[in-house]
Amino acid sequence: MSDIFDVYLLEAVLNGLLLGGLLALLSLGLNLVFGVIDVVWICYAELIMCGMYAVYYLHVQYHWPLVLAMLAAIGVVAFLGWLLHQLVIRPVLNAEPINQLLVTGGVLFFLQAAATLAFGIEFKNLGVTLPSVRLGEMSFSAARLVAFGAALGGVIALWIFLSKTYLGTAIRAISQDRAIMPLMGVDPGRIFALTSALGGALAGLAACLLVLQYDIHPAIGLSFGPITFLICVLGGLGNMLGGFVAAFIFAQFIAVGGFFFAVEWGYVIAFIFFIAVMFWRPRGILGK
Amino acid sequence: MLRVAELSAGYGGFQALFDASLEVNAGEAVAVIGPNGAGKTTLLRVISKLISPSAGDVTFEGRSLAAVAPHDVVARGIAHVPENRRLFPRLTAEENLRMGAYTSRRTYAERLAQVYALFPRLRERRHQPAGTLSGGEQQMCAIARALMSGPKLLLLDEPSAGLAPVVVQSIFELVRRICAEGYTVLIVEQNIRQVLKVVSRAYLLEAGRIVRSGSADELRTAPEIQKAYLGL
Repeated sequence: MSDIFDVYLLEAVLNGLLLGGLLALLSLGLNLVFGVIDVVWICYAELIMCGMYAVYYLHVQYHWPLVLAMLAAIGVVAFLGWLLHQLVIRPVLNAEPINQLLVTGGVLFFLQAAATLAFGIEFKNLGVTLPSVRLGEMSFSAARLVAFGAALGGVIALWIFLSKTYLGTAIRAISQDRAIMPLMGVDPGRIFALTSALGGALAGLAACLLVLQYDIHPAIGLSFGPITFLICVLGGLGNMLGGFVAAFIFAQFIAVGGFFFAVEWGYVIAFIFFIAVMFWRPRGILGK
Repeated sequence: MLRVAELSAGYGGFQALFDASLEVNAGEAVAVIGPNGAGKTTLLRVISKLISPSAGDVTFEGRSLAAVAPHDVVARGIAHVPENRRLFPRLTAEENLRMGAYTSRRTYAERLAQVYALFPRLRERRHQPAGTLSGGEQQMCAIARALMSGPKLLLLDEPSAGLAPVVVQSIFELVRRICAEGYTVLIVEQNIRQVLKVVSRAYLLEAGRIVRSGSADELRTAPEIQKAYLGL
């Protein structure tokens, strides 16, 4: 009896690990944008929602191969990220943080309403069900395994880009001293636009992975937007490594907490942990 | 090479520079000296276009910089070592140098070798975050970062500020070597005694106006400078 108990606990831990990868990817784009541009995209999850619709329409309505539809969706959301910066963020770049929050909050409602008008309120899904993978007595959803792998791949690719290339180094540099970037021959506006597109591309990648597991509807952003923010804040807003660590911690609370009690209790425990950390380290686990 | 003509500039309603004119010829080392708040930093910031002048013009190699975007000034051949060094503290020393070579990537390896030959200490510290370097090392790194773009003109803003006296000596020694290597240098300093040993000519800037100019020797022996700045 106790053997079975341990196997299921292990299964919960491993599922938490898989969830952690996805949450880590979710936090990555938001942290990148905040770390570099110093603006929080409140509407980040709504960009993901747009990406999910893009995959759905290209694949289901226009019969594009799924992989192609996903690549296109990443491009679409990258473009949306760029557009968001040029149209909405740039005019308020030097405004009070509260104004920046309000405008991106406005974009959240705009995107939700626009999606409702354009796509209707009914739930849509790809109609693709990935099988579950059995490992001994444990079973895992293949969609989660794929999401975990892709999330890890995205994180590693971003890390290589940021640490090995001139552009990536400039992206890290600009977050440390924006004012002297012109002395390096760097146009800060271009770096911001590029970072926004990159943040959008990461949201697009997240959309491709979420669309494998969840139905799409205009308010889907609300079901993972808040948790993404909590993870970013937990890790230290703008700190990508912190977000990564926080995602795995948070996911373990949800998975293991859900194993011992009920799934909802997993979330409750995770949020209690979050609040406790905020008292202990208000700037996050790895915050400055 | 560089000609600053009747330049005025300021911040908001505050004017920091009034009708300043000066010239730097190719191969020369020139200093702008003067007390704190005289407008020395403002002058350099206008030349590298971090701020726009309210009047006057800057020409470099015969062409006006008025229409040049701030981030295109480096490509024209002007590198600026800003006040307080302004390294990227969480990038390593070598990553800071890489940022200096942002506009001239093809010559990166070659210039890196040159810069390390000039500053062997930086090679030892190359994988260390710039924020953990000592003050003197940070100043070396900031100068090296500017040299990575292969500039024709090097602007140095108070390289000795905030450093221990022993380190100040070695920084001026480095500046002397950089001048000897043939770089054209415009240096702004409060440490008048030291800087006049390094440059050939200097301008005295007081309250935003250039009040005197001459060879380093002339200025060093001028009674009012000896009295006001050298404590003689």
